[in-house]
Amino acid sequence: MSETGIGAAVRRVEDKRFLTGRGKYIDDIDQRGQLYAWMLRSPHAHARINGVDTATASQAPGVVAIFTGADMAADEVGGIPCAWQIHNKDGSPMHEPPHPPLAVDKVRHVGDQVAVVIAETKAQARDAAELIAVDYDVLPAAIDMDLALADNASLVHDDVPNNLCFDWEIGDKDATEAAFAKADHVVSIDIVNNRLIPNAMEPRAAIAQYEPSNGNYTLHTTTQNPHVIRLLMGAFVLQIPEHKLRIIAPDVGGGFGSKIFHYAEEAILTWASAKVPQPIKWTAERSESFITDAHGRDHETHAELAMDKGGNFLGLRVSTKANIGAYLSTFGAAVPTYLHGTLMAGVYTTPAIYCEVKTVFTNTVPVDAYRGAGRPECTYLLERLVTKAAREIGMDPVEIRQKNMIQPDQFPYQTPVALEYDVGNYPASLDTALQASDYAGFEKRRAESESNDKRRGIGISTYIEACGIAPSAVAGALGARAGLYESAQVRVHPTGSVTVYTGSHSHGQGHETTFAQLVSESFGIPIEQVEIKHGDTGEVQFGMGTYGSRSIAVGGPAILKACNKIIDKATKIVAHILEASESDIEFKDGKFTVSGTDREMAFAEVSLAAYVPHNYPIEELEPGLDENAFYDPLNFSYPAGCHICEVEIDPETGDVDITNFTAVDDVGRVINPMIVEGQVHGGLAQGIGQALLEGCVYDDSGQLLTGSYMDYTMPRADNLPNLNVGTQSVLGASNPLEVKGVGEVGAIGSPPAVINAILDALAPLGVDDISMPATSAKVWQAIQNA
Amino acid sequence: MYNFNYQKATSRDDAISARSSADDGSYLAGGMTLIPTLKQRLAKPSDVIDLAAIDDLAGITDDGGAITIGAMTTHAAVANSDVVASKIPALAALAGHIGDPQVRNRGTIGGSIANNDPAADYPAGCVGLNATIITNKREISADDFFTDLFETVLEDGELITAVSFPVADKAAYAKFPNPASRYAIVGVMVAQTGGETRAAVTGASQSGVYRAADIEAALGDGLDAAAAKAVKVSADGLNSDIHASAEYRAHLISIMASRAATAAG
Ligand SMILES: Cc1cc2nc3c(=O)[nH]c(=O)nc-3n(C[C@H](O)[C@H](O)[C@H](O)COP(=O)(O)OP(=O)(O)OC[C@H]3O[C@@H](n4cnc5c(N)ncnc54)[C@H](O)[C@@H]3O)c2cc1C
Repeated sequence: MSETGIGAAVRRVEDKRFLTGRGKYIDDIDQRGQLYAWMLRSPHAHARINGVDTATASQAPGVVAIFTGADMAADEVGGIPCAWQIHNKDGSPMHEPPHPPLAVDKVRHVGDQVAVVIAETKAQARDAAELIAVDYDVLPAAIDMDLALADNASLVHDDVPNNLCFDWEIGDKDATEAAFAKADHVVSIDIVNNRLIPNAMEPRAAIAQYEPSNGNYTLHTTTQNPHVIRLLMGAFVLQIPEHKLRIIAPDVGGGFGSKIFHYAEEAILTWASAKVPQPIKWTAERSESFITDAHGRDHETHAELAMDKGGNFLGLRVSTKANIGAYLSTFGAAVPTYLHGTLMAGVYTTPAIYCEVKTVFTNTVPVDAYRGAGRPECTYLLERLVTKAAREIGMDPVEIRQKNMIQPDQFPYQTPVALEYDVGNYPASLDTALQASDYAGFEKRRAESESNDKRRGIGISTYIEACGIAPSAVAGALGARAGLYESAQVRVHPTGSVTVYTGSHSHGQGHETTFAQLVSESFGIPIEQVEIKHGDTGEVQFGMGTYGSRSIAVGGPAILKACNKIIDKATKIVAHILEASESDIEFKDGKFTVSGTDREMAFAEVSLAAYVPHNYPIEELEPGLDENAFYDPLNFSYPAGCHICEVEIDPETGDVDITNFTAVDDVGRVINPMIVEGQVHGGLAQGIGQALLEGCVYDDSGQLLTGSYMDYTMPRADNLPNLNVGTQSVLGASNPLEVKGVGEVGAIGSPPAVINAILDALAPLGVDDISMPATSAKVWQAIQNA
Repeated sequence: MYNFNYQKATSRDDAISARSSADDGSYLAGGMTLIPTLKQRLAKPSDVIDLAAIDDLAGITDDGGAITIGAMTTHAAVANSDVVASKIPALAALAGHIGDPQVRNRGTIGGSIANNDPAADYPAGCVGLNATIITNKREISADDFFTDLFETVLEDGELITAVSFPVADKAAYAKFPNPASRYAIVGVMVAQTGGETRAAVTGASQSGVYRAADIEAALGDGLDAAAAKAVKVSADGLNSDIHASAEYRAHLISIMASRAATAAG
């Protein structure tokens, strides 16, 4: 193994530029002749637009142009598309109401864009925007999902009755009813998965540029998947062919899902850049991020678990309402369905499962994938329900899990909800976590807390997730409108250094290190010899981008496949030069040797021979050492694990202190343990944030009450304990790297562990439910109400 | 931000005259409140008069029975002052828990009390410790200074120059922070100065900082923490928002008062 290969805790090569302020984010980039855009946004959640008067504003200093929805409509600009099509129970397709980039006749959420002002400075653009007179007829807003579904509800889209986007189901309803009919115990739960605001550190930004001499467009944008934006915006919205449209996503400061989606501002700027025609920059203010970046979660679920006398799970029935916001965002329809309903088996052998999901339009910001996307919602309800079931039948929460877990010898395991788990060992993760958290010593710690008038509790979550969002055929069958292959190009230069072009995008994950480690391992060269390029459709052949923990699970094997193609070709070249048979050539530690001889060629000698050959098998092989690969995995990958949270509560104030948090995650093969640990830490911060701190609140009129950090609580370092994290991996079986993905495990597994711990602490006081975020105020109130 | 004239005052008189000749001037201290307000276009002053270069507005002096803190003294300076730590440790602790390090290194005592945010800490510190606010025109007792939410008795253009705190016999501040902003959901300064017991509450009331008479009576001369905890504070007139109900705030007032009393010893 090379010292910088697979398994090495190599320091992140990208951190040098990030930590020294040399990262290059979009707002750091300026183009010659650049103008600035300011979006005039709706202050109302729902209103009819009778007219937009831009006459005065157009005369304001520095203003170059002002465009409205009518201008874009006149140009026949298309609507923002949704990349997944979901079908109703009756087989009919979901409602896909139009989503014009600039509102045309109605605004549908606070923050919906109404006009764009383009001026010489940002301040001038903003000043002028205040002079635009929009004549609104304010309409009642549909905010609460139940009210939105009611017959007399105000309609977000006039042609979508009851605001119901679709009514979807998965699983065998009859078999599930039958399971409930013979059950000895039925435990039910009503649960809300709180709405979250993503809050990437870098707000969204874009610069659009049009070159009149050749009709080429370049859009710098803060995206997790530049090729997807090229496809969606180019083909569906603006009709710009790929060779005329270049998307560049340079350093991007965090995404967490919120930068997957094709946003209206990208299309508005690109379109307007040809009108002006000068480069146009737009950078969101933080307050704009709160009201325009797609939000996450926001489910309301009723779920029931049927058990026999011994606590064996017989059936699960789940009915969810999912808020999709005002418009269908890129992945919006996939999150509450195929990323949620398909995980309902969890790590358990529940034989019959039925899940239905009603997805509801409301006058709120669109809701879409956010770290975990659908899987945290599923895990939260399952792990709350299983814990509640244990309590109701008087069984230990560990025992009920052990009893119902899929055992290591049951793989591949076909669940009743479409997925086939490839491999895993759930009991082992649970055992390891019980040890690591000193579960056995808990009662002693509880007694100590009680002697200090505190309440102590411990909570478990044993979770699974599906990562990769591929194989493409499966994704297609589930409604994805595109296959989700990943692509890589490995270019070995004449002297043996390597440039890799990957379709995955790094916005904090450390790909420039992890991917370089794969190449280092493959070729036996140090990572200093490897450069990872991503984020530019003008450089990278193709790609589906980064989300769903897919970069290592789908992007990684694509790189490996291209590396293997390089080794195959190099082997042929070596065989020719060393006059040996190909089958006698061995490649190890960066050297090709003819087995049984001392004849050898170093990797760099072969690459030189490949580019500037004197002696070359030109009839059989072309010169060069540059290979492309597309990879589609055999199956999703299934990271799983066990999180255990211990809390101490001050019953006088309701303050919850997490004293210990243990995470044991099965992420398959670990390429870089330091990066894996960092990913888990970040995910846990977000999961604990969801459980204790973060909650998006709208009032009944659709005004966002948590529109800044004064009211929206982001987790901070002092909210977290020292995290006790470790991996306990069974190598993945669905890709040749044997990896599973690590980006989302922390956010998926942790929230129910926290809430189960709080409820464990408060059970003696008679508290049996609490909703997220479990703020001190809520905990105190729950104690008062008990 | 809208355009405004920026003026850097070099002396108190310079600042006061710049302010009085402006159409609609605003003093700038640490800017921790004013700058975000300007950025959000919630204020449109014609002139912003920066106090940062006026040397004699910052600093802490020990006057024996009292300590005097210049208006431009930052929260960090108060938190880290040996004088404050030895004479009125409760005040140093209060300043040390305002906001975050950035805020503490910019925000000033003058800016904080001029602004009189109903969830700010210093108003409770001033009232609880029976401070005197010194301006270019007069000396005002803290009891009279804070009038309502974001309202004080300051006249247009009046400049706070310092705040003087008599040295307390016993004092402690207990704060239950808002999880998002870290301002106070409820903060109580309990102090005994010259035989008088005070409990000043911030964060809770719809009209800003106030002295809680029922708590003070319960605390008595002995700062009886258990008695303070037993007081059933009425929720009438208390704030209720997405972070805390009026009932929760009412409850926290007695809890924080009792914790402050215990800490004050
Ligand atoms: C993120 C954040 C967290 C915070 N958390 C807390 C907290 O936990 N507790 C807390 O108490 N506070 C908190 N604050 C407020 C902070 O402590 C500052 O004290 C406050 O913002 C005002 O002080 P400043 O010096 O920044 O004043 P500025 O913002 O410069 O001025 C505020 C107002 O006071 C006026 N003014 C300033 N100085 C004088 C003067 N000498 N005479 C007359 N008028 C004057 C100004 O004209 C302006 O109207 C927080 C602020 C932020 C941004």
